[in-house]
Amino acid sequence: MSIAKQVILTRIRDALARSPQITYESCPREYRRASALDVRSRIELFEDRLRDYGSRVYHCSSDQIADSIALAMRNAGKTALVIPDGFPRTWLPDECTFTLDNGLSYQALDGAEGVLTGCAAAIAETGTIVLRHSGADGRRALTLLPDYHLCVVRQSQIVASVPEGIQAATEFATSPITTISGPSATSDIEMTRVKGVHGPRTLDVIITEP
Amino acid sequence: MSIRVGEAAEAPEFPTAAKRLIQDSQIRRNVRHATDVIRGKRNRVVAELDDWEQLRASAHAIKEHTLRNLVRYLEQFEAACTNAGGEVHWAQDADEANQTIVGLIQAEKKSEVIKVKTMTSDEIGLNTALEAAGIIPSETDLADLIVQLGRDQPSHIVVPALHRNRAEIRQIFRREMNLPALSDDPEELAAAARAYLREKFLRVDIAISGANFVIAETGTVCVVESEGNGRMCLSLPQVLITLIGIEKIIPRFEDLEVFLQLLPRSATGERMNPYNSIWTGVSPGDGPQRFHVVLLDNGRTQVLADEVGRQTLDCIRCGACLNACPVYQQTGGHAYGSVYAGPIGAILTPQLQSMQHSQTLPYASSLCGACYEVCPAKINIPEVLLHLRSKVVENRDAPVYERVAMKIAALALKNADRLSAAQSVGRIAQKPFERDGVIANLPGFLRGWTAVRDLKPIPKQSFRQWWAERDQSK
Repeated sequence: MSIAKQVILTRIRDALARSPQITYESCPREYRRASALDVRSRIELFEDRLRDYGSRVYHCSSDQIADSIALAMRNAGKTALVIPDGFPRTWLPDECTFTLDNGLSYQALDGAEGVLTGCAAAIAETGTIVLRHSGADGRRALTLLPDYHLCVVRQSQIVASVPEGIQAATEFATSPITTISGPSATSDIEMTRVKGVHGPRTLDVIITEP
Repeated sequence: MSIRVGEAAEAPEFPTAAKRLIQDSQIRRNVRHATDVIRGKRNRVVAELDDWEQLRASAHAIKEHTLRNLVRYLEQFEAACTNAGGEVHWAQDADEANQTIVGLIQAEKKSEVIKVKTMTSDEIGLNTALEAAGIIPSETDLADLIVQLGRDQPSHIVVPALHRNRAEIRQIFRREMNLPALSDDPEELAAAARAYLREKFLRVDIAISGANFVIAETGTVCVVESEGNGRMCLSLPQVLITLIGIEKIIPRFEDLEVFLQLLPRSATGERMNPYNSIWTGVSPGDGPQRFHVVLLDNGRTQVLADEVGRQTLDCIRCGACLNACPVYQQTGGHAYGSVYAGPIGAILTPQLQSMQHSQTLPYASSLCGACYEVCPAKINIPEVLLHLRSKVVENRDAPVYERVAMKIAALALKNADRLSAAQSVGRIAQKPFERDGVIANLPGFLRGWTAVRDLKPIPKQSFRQWWAERDQSK
């Protein structure tokens, strides 16, 4: 054990010598941990929050995903996007170009028009997308360097509240996780909100059944 | 031991610094505007949650529980983090932490690092130590960049450059980024920072971060941010060094459900901040491949030893108490002489330094309680302020006249007859100083009181006298 560690732990023990124990179980948990919102209301709330962030939101059934992706790309003025290895090929529209991220350099990602991914979960109340950085989510740099992010969210992935979102994430707690709530932003200059500092400046979302 | 809180030990005392700063109408306007905006946003999004008080109660309890079990949780974190490929270092004080970090960078044979906003690194004076070792640190948070390029000091925990307006920022960027045609439009200023930093993100191979939450159970670290500079630093370089105060630990992953609701709403008035990065050790093929954690004490264990003061360690650095504080709103952050400004700084800074420096900070408050009301971790800041004031008084040798005056006051206040006699004497003694119903000028050492406020004279009749007469007249 390092000397510093020994000293610090001893100091902590001394500092707490006369303090009674407080158990984890005795911590009150009276806040809302689940919500009564049905699927329809969750989708509506999620969409409302995303629009608040300036995102374009598309809805489609499971057999129209490719069409929706093509539409979203057209509206955003994009012709080619990078996709992670685990992105379902059947979702890709024929008329657009897609580049597979098989370890592209940062420079290549930086120069890409944008990126198309799935997600691991979504939180309606805060308009949050949760990425676990495997499969259709891609590695961390993929959704960071390109200036445009198009994300496909399945209806069944949308939970109502933050506690439910964290609950869902406990299943992959030790994977790298990024939560995204709207595009990159800053309010550091006179508290004026500016969209897009370092992360993607535009985030669009396709919500698909089921 | 060399416990250091930025330059706080050398900084001028609060009253001296504040006197100068409140003359600066530009800073006061900037601070007033920024705190008004954040407070408004915070109040709106907090009002949306009907379980806000329950969340605060949970946060407070979880933090108190964690501190009581700190040894267990720190060791649990170390084991889990190490198991996931991280390497954990311990640092007793600022110097030890700086030496460790400099050593790690030198071992990688690097001379440049990128940094994600970490107040803890400002606390230990890391940038100065890096520069002394020939290592160039680049701040990547927009506000930190403004502070660094302007050779300035942070004035707020969350928005460190809130004392600067757009015209001043334009001037700094024009000069430092060599962009003479830059306008003062915030979009254009942010775009300039994006271009300036993108080159560094793609090139510099080692990053330094702080942490908002550290999870004992899983060895996981969480960084909360808005701009994406955090994600850049935490994802792109090969080496990551994360500096963590030992009080940042929470027991379980699911505890994030409390803190990730409280922090963004309190700090920036958002339902959720744009990005949270949550990672555990090293993930092969994704993100930094060498990950170091430096666990820092630097006075925290002394704060823990004080039963009243230890709640200070519950702080999640949201800055809500700064925005709510009528004193901070007048002076701005620089008056506090510490990287930790505002009410939380007024209790944290002197305690970290064992009450040896910054002794006027516990007095930098009107005790109005606004800070306690907004604190998401329910830290009773006024209670700690009062507690620290009493410690300051105990620590110092009061002048003879003060000790004598206090003894006499104690004698008078202990006994009703003596009090009434003292009041009679006072009524006569105050006569020469009374003008238009107030006492505005007292002589000698009493002038300190009347220099900034008027005193009400002792009334002709005390309550006891009035009560006694009322009984008689019945």
